[in-house]
Amino acid sequence: MRLIYTVSQLTKALKEIITSIGEVWVEGEVSNFRQPYTGHVYFTLKDEGSQIQCVIFKPLSLKMSFLPKDGMKVLVHGKLTVYEKGGYYEIRVDRVIPYGLGELQMALEALKRKLAAEGLFDAAHKKPLPKFPRKIGVVTSATGAAIRDIIRVISRRFPHVHILLHPVTVQGENAAKEIAEAIDTLNRIGDIDLLIVGRGGGSIEDLWAFNEEIVARSIFRSRIPVISAVGHEIDYTIADLVADVRAPTPSAAAEIAVPNAESLKEQINHLTARLIRTMRMRLEVEKERLEKLAAKVSPERGLDMVREMQQRVDVCYMRLTDLMRVRVEREKGRVNGLTLRLRGVSPLRAIRERWAELNELAGRLRSAASAIISLRRAELQKLAARLDALSPLAVLKRGYALCTDLKGRPVTRPDQVEVGDEVLVRFHEGGLRCLVTGKSDGGEDNV
Amino acid sequence: MEERITFEEALKRLEEIVEALESEELPLEKALEMFEEGIRMSRICSEILRKAELKVEELVKESDGTIRFVPFRPFEEEE
Repeated sequence: MRLIYTVSQLTKALKEIITSIGEVWVEGEVSNFRQPYTGHVYFTLKDEGSQIQCVIFKPLSLKMSFLPKDGMKVLVHGKLTVYEKGGYYEIRVDRVIPYGLGELQMALEALKRKLAAEGLFDAAHKKPLPKFPRKIGVVTSATGAAIRDIIRVISRRFPHVHILLHPVTVQGENAAKEIAEAIDTLNRIGDIDLLIVGRGGGSIEDLWAFNEEIVARSIFRSRIPVISAVGHEIDYTIADLVADVRAPTPSAAAEIAVPNAESLKEQINHLTARLIRTMRMRLEVEKERLEKLAAKVSPERGLDMVREMQQRVDVCYMRLTDLMRVRVEREKGRVNGLTLRLRGVSPLRAIRERWAELNELAGRLRSAASAIISLRRAELQKLAARLDALSPLAVLKRGYALCTDLKGRPVTRPDQVEVGDEVLVRFHEGGLRCLVTGKSDGGEDNV
Repeated sequence: MEERITFEEALKRLEEIVEALESEELPLEKALEMFEEGIRMSRICSEILRKAELKVEELVKESDGTIRFVPFRPFEEEE
């Protein structure tokens, strides 16, 4: 004997050998399952010939969707190690899968790794969904709950789309092939905005088609964005991982697919109200501007501008009422409960009211301007009357005469002319040419 | 042409018009034009939303490979 180990040394040496084996998949029956207050899980995995200790540490043990029970056949995955203090080897388990699904599950894991390595799950390949899809292709069974749920949700939320169902078998041998082909077919049709691919809930075997490679590849190939809707909350299928968006159920997929018409109506009402408010404010500003201008510039020009403005508002208003009339005609005879209800919340009523206000406003604008104009006109007339009163012609009318020399210069004093000169005397109508025969500097007339 | 405008386009245009009218002082002529267009867009959106018409069709593949669309009538509960 060249070397004597202590127990600890030997255990350590064995531990190195055993941990070097690394990760293992082991199949067996569960016994002696215990979960003490620490939260860790312990059990023994055995078959006819042997047994091995297993442990699942917290917090993994708390997160697992599936925990084994005594007597269950399971497949476990974990790392081989040695519990030094106890001197026995054990598996530190990180996955537990019910027996029977074991092989499928391993194949699935392998496929997942392969597709992940190829980048099929990468976020970079995820296509954005259309905000307002017009035609939605659905790949599912024609007889299942999924299509009915989708139709129900869409008709409630946004009944303005075209749904095209491509019926397929969703479980059994041909399911995967049918699903994959349906996705390809819908991509060839050309005017489809969005695809929903899925089925209602079922056992993991029922959902298997959605874990197959051809389905994954057709989803990845799809030019149209795909929402996966496989009714299974816990595990993601491969279809879920490749899809652009994953929904937990077909109903949820429909919710994601379309917007809510009610909130859109609110948004449009809000925008329309803002539009009208802005325009009203603008017209107020224009009105003030026009009033100032009308006061500054000539009254007639101001009135012209006001008229032009009023006319434009009238034209707008008439066009709007025309548009509304066309709509009303079109809708006549289509009176059902729904349209009535919708009409109740229509923004057109508000628009009509706003237009009436707008029109009234324009009317006020016009009368304000004409008031200013008539005021100016009255002032002008008064001035003209005063001017008229001062006119020399008016004086002549009253019997006075105007005397000028032959050149038309007014003669207002005797010293402006000599005896023997000729002067002109103008009356209200006509005149005389007179010879000056004498002068006086006041008193009687002796001319 | 305007009949062909989609809901999405009409809504986007309405938003743009409201933004423009609120944020800049356009000439009155232009502002009235845009206002009119905005009212038209609002009308188009409301009209689309008013017309509730959910169309559901089913794709049928003939044996010769041609594709047909027929109205879809969901069967009674089966699953």
